Amino acid sequence: MERGDSERIEITISSRFENIELVQVIAEHLCENAGVDEDGSHWIGMAVREAVANAIKHGNKLDVRKKVNATFELQGLDLEITISDEGEGFDPAKVGDPLNPQNLMKTSGRGIFYMKTFMDQVHYSFLPGGGTSLVMTKNLARASGIATTKA
Amino acid sequence: MRATSRSAGNVEIIALEGKITIGAGDTQLREVITNAVNAGKTNILLDLSKVTTIDSSGIGELVGSYTTVTNRGGKLKLLHLPAKLNELLHVTQLITVFEVYENEAEALASF
Repeated sequence: MERGDSERIEITISSRFENIELVQVIAEHLCENAGVDEDGSHWIGMAVREAVANAIKHGNKLDVRKKVNATFELQGLDLEITISDEGEGFDPAKVGDPLNPQNLMKTSGRGIFYMKTFMDQVHYSFLPGGGTSLVMTKNLARASGIATTKA
Repeated sequence: MRATSRSAGNVEIIALEGKITIGAGDTQLREVITNAVNAGKTNILLDLSKVTTIDSSGIGELVGSYTTVTNRGGKLKLLHLPAKLNELLHVTQLITVFEVYENEAEALASF
């Protein structure tokens, strides 16, 4: 893939944890094809993993009849990833800051934090017909170790 | 995820291998630690060198394991942290919670 090209990939999965890796692998390959190094691609893939896991667990509540849709849109070096579920939605503001000493030893509540750490922007919206849509963006020039030129 | 255990004095060394992710290893880790503690093995050294992937659920189970062991009067320490796991513990400041060792003999001597 040449710089400046655009790419759009979409995948819909049923709400099974074993499908998470399918979506993660797409993210990592897309990033690697755009010139991001292995580590940078891994962290973006991890953000995707966390988003899909939340959609399956908290959104669709493990109902395999409900789907999770993932869309990857790459315009030049700007990557936008949308993860949508068919759940009832949740308020991400209710998730406590995992860095707060009161929350440090909690066994959950770090997924969104990791997404925000590894992506440039993370935005939740609630779909009119139900479901949650999460949009994450990343300028791949800011992904760690990205090659400045591509052979 | 696969777990293999061996004893070294009063320390149980548990080596984890593979993925510790949601639905694939997170609950297994909980079982391994619970079984060890219930068997009276409350000084635990977790060898993480062969952990290939971990996510927030896996990190949460590490925290839960630490709490389980500590509440039973024991100690849980980490050995051979893979670089990416180290990074995940750093950004969440959990690195301040765990004692981490790169040398098994040093780790064993610390209990």
